[in-house]
Amino acid sequence: MPFIPHTDEDIRRMLAEVGVDSINSLFDEVPSDLIDPGLPGIPEGVSEMEITREMNERAASDMLGPCFLGAGAYRHHVPAAVWEITTRGEYYSAYTPYQAEASQGTLQLIYEYQSMMSGLMGMDASNASLYDGGSALAEAVLMAVRANRKSKSGRILVPDTVNPMYCDATRTIVGNQGITLETVASNAETGAVDVETLEQWEGEDIAALVIQQPNWFGRLEEAQALTDWAQRNGALVIAVVNPTAMAVLTPPGEWGENGADIACGEGQPLGIPLSSGGPYFGFMCCRKAHVRQMPGRIVGRTVDLEGRTGYTLTLQAREQHIRRNKATSNICTNQGLMVTAATIYLSLLGAEGLERVAGHCHANTRKLTERLAGIKGVSLRFDGPYFHERVVELDRPAEPVFQQLASQGILAGYPLGRHDKRLSNALLVCATETVTDADIDRFADALSHALAKAA
Amino acid sequence: MSNVPSDLKYASSHEWVRQDDDGTVTVGISDHAQDALGDLVFVETPEIDRTVEAGEAVAVVESVKAASDVYAPVSGTVIDANAQLQDAPELVNTDAYGEGWIMRIKLDDPDALEELMDADAYEQLITEEDDG
Amino acid sequence: MSQESLIFDLGRSGRYARAQAPAEHADLADIPAEFRRKQRAVMPEVSELQVVRHYTRLSQKNFSIDTNFYPLGSCTMKYNPRACNSLAMLPGFLDRHPHAPDSTGQGFLGCLYNLQEMLAEVTGMKTVSLAPMAGAQGEFAGVAMIRAYHDARGDDGRTEIIVPDAAHGTNPATAVMCGYKVREIPTAADGDVDMAALQEAVGPQTAGIMLTNPSTVGVFERRIQEIATLVHEAGGLLYYDGANLNAILGKVRPGDMGFDVIHINLHKTFSTPHGGGGPGAGAIGVGERLLPHTPIPQVGEDNGQYYWRTEKDIPQTIGRLSAFGGNAGVLLRAYVYARMLGREGMTRVAEYSTLNANYLMTRLKAEGFQVWLPERRASHEFIISLKGEAKELGVTAGDFAKRLLDLGYHAPTAYFPLLVPECLLIEPTETETVDDLDGFVQAMVTIREEARHDKEFVKGAPYNMPVRRLDEVKAAKELDLKWQGEAS
Repeated sequence: MPFIPHTDEDIRRMLAEVGVDSINSLFDEVPSDLIDPGLPGIPEGVSEMEITREMNERAASDMLGPCFLGAGAYRHHVPAAVWEITTRGEYYSAYTPYQAEASQGTLQLIYEYQSMMSGLMGMDASNASLYDGGSALAEAVLMAVRANRKSKSGRILVPDTVNPMYCDATRTIVGNQGITLETVASNAETGAVDVETLEQWEGEDIAALVIQQPNWFGRLEEAQALTDWAQRNGALVIAVVNPTAMAVLTPPGEWGENGADIACGEGQPLGIPLSSGGPYFGFMCCRKAHVRQMPGRIVGRTVDLEGRTGYTLTLQAREQHIRRNKATSNICTNQGLMVTAATIYLSLLGAEGLERVAGHCHANTRKLTERLAGIKGVSLRFDGPYFHERVVELDRPAEPVFQQLASQGILAGYPLGRHDKRLSNALLVCATETVTDADIDRFADALSHALAKAA
Repeated sequence: MSNVPSDLKYASSHEWVRQDDDGTVTVGISDHAQDALGDLVFVETPEIDRTVEAGEAVAVVESVKAASDVYAPVSGTVIDANAQLQDAPELVNTDAYGEGWIMRIKLDDPDALEELMDADAYEQLITEEDDG
Repeated sequence: MSQESLIFDLGRSGRYARAQAPAEHADLADIPAEFRRKQRAVMPEVSELQVVRHYTRLSQKNFSIDTNFYPLGSCTMKYNPRACNSLAMLPGFLDRHPHAPDSTGQGFLGCLYNLQEMLAEVTGMKTVSLAPMAGAQGEFAGVAMIRAYHDARGDDGRTEIIVPDAAHGTNPATAVMCGYKVREIPTAADGDVDMAALQEAVGPQTAGIMLTNPSTVGVFERRIQEIATLVHEAGGLLYYDGANLNAILGKVRPGDMGFDVIHINLHKTFSTPHGGGGPGAGAIGVGERLLPHTPIPQVGEDNGQYYWRTEKDIPQTIGRLSAFGGNAGVLLRAYVYARMLGREGMTRVAEYSTLNANYLMTRLKAEGFQVWLPERRASHEFIISLKGEAKELGVTAGDFAKRLLDLGYHAPTAYFPLLVPECLLIEPTETETVDDLDGFVQAMVTIREEARHDKEFVKGAPYNMPVRRLDEVKAAKELDLKWQGEAS
């Protein structure tokens, strides 16, 4: 029997001890018309050897070549040590560290993670993770509404330069709590938000403004001015940022006069493989004043009976297992193992290494887009500073070109027309540090070939 | 055995109420309640000027493993909250009826105090709870 | 065990793992200074070996399924087969971008589609969406679907979700996130739902009820069909919290009991790792009434081609729960596990987890421990109450829990459900040998003996762990949530 260790003798002895003659007798409290449905739709079990063969074939069919696709998930080099250590059974098969004395490994690691993440974001505190970047924004919105005690409106300003999938997830999650997301239109020339656009909300009761940096189009927002506008108007600032970019860009804690109130985002770039979209992890940091409104686990440092340093979950009265219907969130299980990987990743790279990774992402994207802009039928769409993504405009709809290049093994960027018809000729392209000159050549050649035919 | 001062009124949800001379009352949680909660680590006090209904949750007392609402024992307006608890929540443990007060409320109806329990009735309530 | 320094304290300025980062700095001059970071973040400055050694040492301070018996009630800490991990981490799966076209992900999507089909069959539901990231998000999706159902019918007077007092904290927290009021109902003395209280609570204001079956007190809710009829007749819907699905996998199906929507904790029943607190996966099983509101994306199949179904295919969906399609890598692990079990293997999970729990309960009862519902069959878990020991010996459930750690056993769930005083909720799972169960009984007996001789000794436990009991009051009052540069 797979994974069940009992011998016939064990079973006989155990049944005798319980005082029943068969295993089925143990289900005698279940109404008889419910028992043993048969399950014809489930195949017979297979051996490890058989499933290995099947999975190898399936995985091989999904192999692809160079990746110029980002749009919320990024292919970075993941050092070998990251997953070698992360998948040790002591991390992999442990539970949430409720029994602190038996979980000091996980707890100290989360404390180190919180330290690194707070540092990277320039914020006071970090939680132990949320599900992903999209649901982290939803939690940040709920948190801002709780934390902004002066605001009663539940109105959140969300620029159209925020990842549309994040907005969709946020709408699903906060939709039943009387919160409204109001769209702020960006400048169509620059692909970024003008602070003047916000003046139409001047003097109104707004709970929070969301600022994504770099934004959905890869452009850098005027985060300083936007933050100052929001806080002058009594709104909190929710930063949605790419963690790799924070090695070289102004971190949310230093935006404007006072810094952002909440910083969140997708942790995947920090050592997590692309893996078709998950598991990743959402991160969340905040200023000290808001820490009791933060959702999710938080680890604190303390001492034991003998005065030795130790780590434990803290501020648990915020959480569902204690506070039930008044909890800050219903989140219980988060993305602990992904945080383990990210902590090891950040330790290996350090500030120096992460800065180099970020620098190469930027430089490769510059090289890529300059090259693509030289192709007939391709132009650059938005003006202004960017990090590792840019929008290129084709002379024809981007979606078929994307599909055509994918069939040649090249992921040619993200067709932006999926979310905005005005951008149906646009591709959002990205080049991380993993992209080589040969990859860029291959992409450029394939694209010019595809565009050489009449549109 | 818990300390239940005879000059105070009590709510069944374990708040105490002291009548002040100026038509206001001071509210805290009873010695019995603080003992059941254990070491407090945080007290969330109500905003000043907030109007409250009797029975409405207006403050929160937190220990490591529990969080309990504190209910307004009477209807009225919150005119003061104990700012000291921000940094020293343990005052509720060490001096529940004194320095550990939580808020002051200006009563809508001075007769509302009649609805509350006196010390004897409250003492009986907590004895029954302990046996239960 | 010696204390392990923080990774920050191991560093030296200028040290880093050079092989892992690009060899040169790149030119960033075209990013204007106003956007640039002024000061580097404080990060560890350590070598690769230091990193490997530090995190290996830290790992050794953890209990885990791979190292210890872990009978944590309601958490299903069973063996996580290694093949599930290695096969989910094949390069073709790991390297696939979530926005890559469906045509290039047929291997991956095929696994997910088959997993959906198997989960629908084993739970008796019409369809399954794998989008939710964890049990709590599955709960959210389910209750949001219930809300969407009532809203779509213009039935807007339904404001309450009924939740038993013994429910997991996620249930009431979820109901509130979906804009509902929570109405608690008590558990009857026999462990089942108090039917009189339920009848009292159900009415035109009832949007639905959230139930766990077997319940959090470790017994099968015998009147489940009656409950389903009662709630449905009042116009409400039934939500099944799948935390305890391991007890009945393949043996009894939530769909047959009358539930309209369920979540399945794949990190419990389908043996994907708990990872020290995730990632999980909270697949949703959907019944007929709620089909139009299924969360997106979901994997569909058309002429042998697999594809992501979106709002185009499910226009009344509650929507997207995350940026992408859920915890894909966890789903691959669950798929491998489900395939290895197959039809008979799934049923055996229920049978042997139930046998192990009933055996362990019988043994503990024979040793004089007070079983909470002695007249009932245990499901895959059961409760003992140490109220007697607390009164006579002055040693609480929490003290037993801490001393168990010293003896090499992870503590059972303590003080949950809240309605049973001094309780331990014990779930041995099907993957433990009878010898390990006997060892646990012996440990419980030993601790009771120790308490008889020296209660202070037990109250001071643990002694053999990396730390002794921690000052949690200090942790909460003097918040220290990050390293701030001081030598510790």
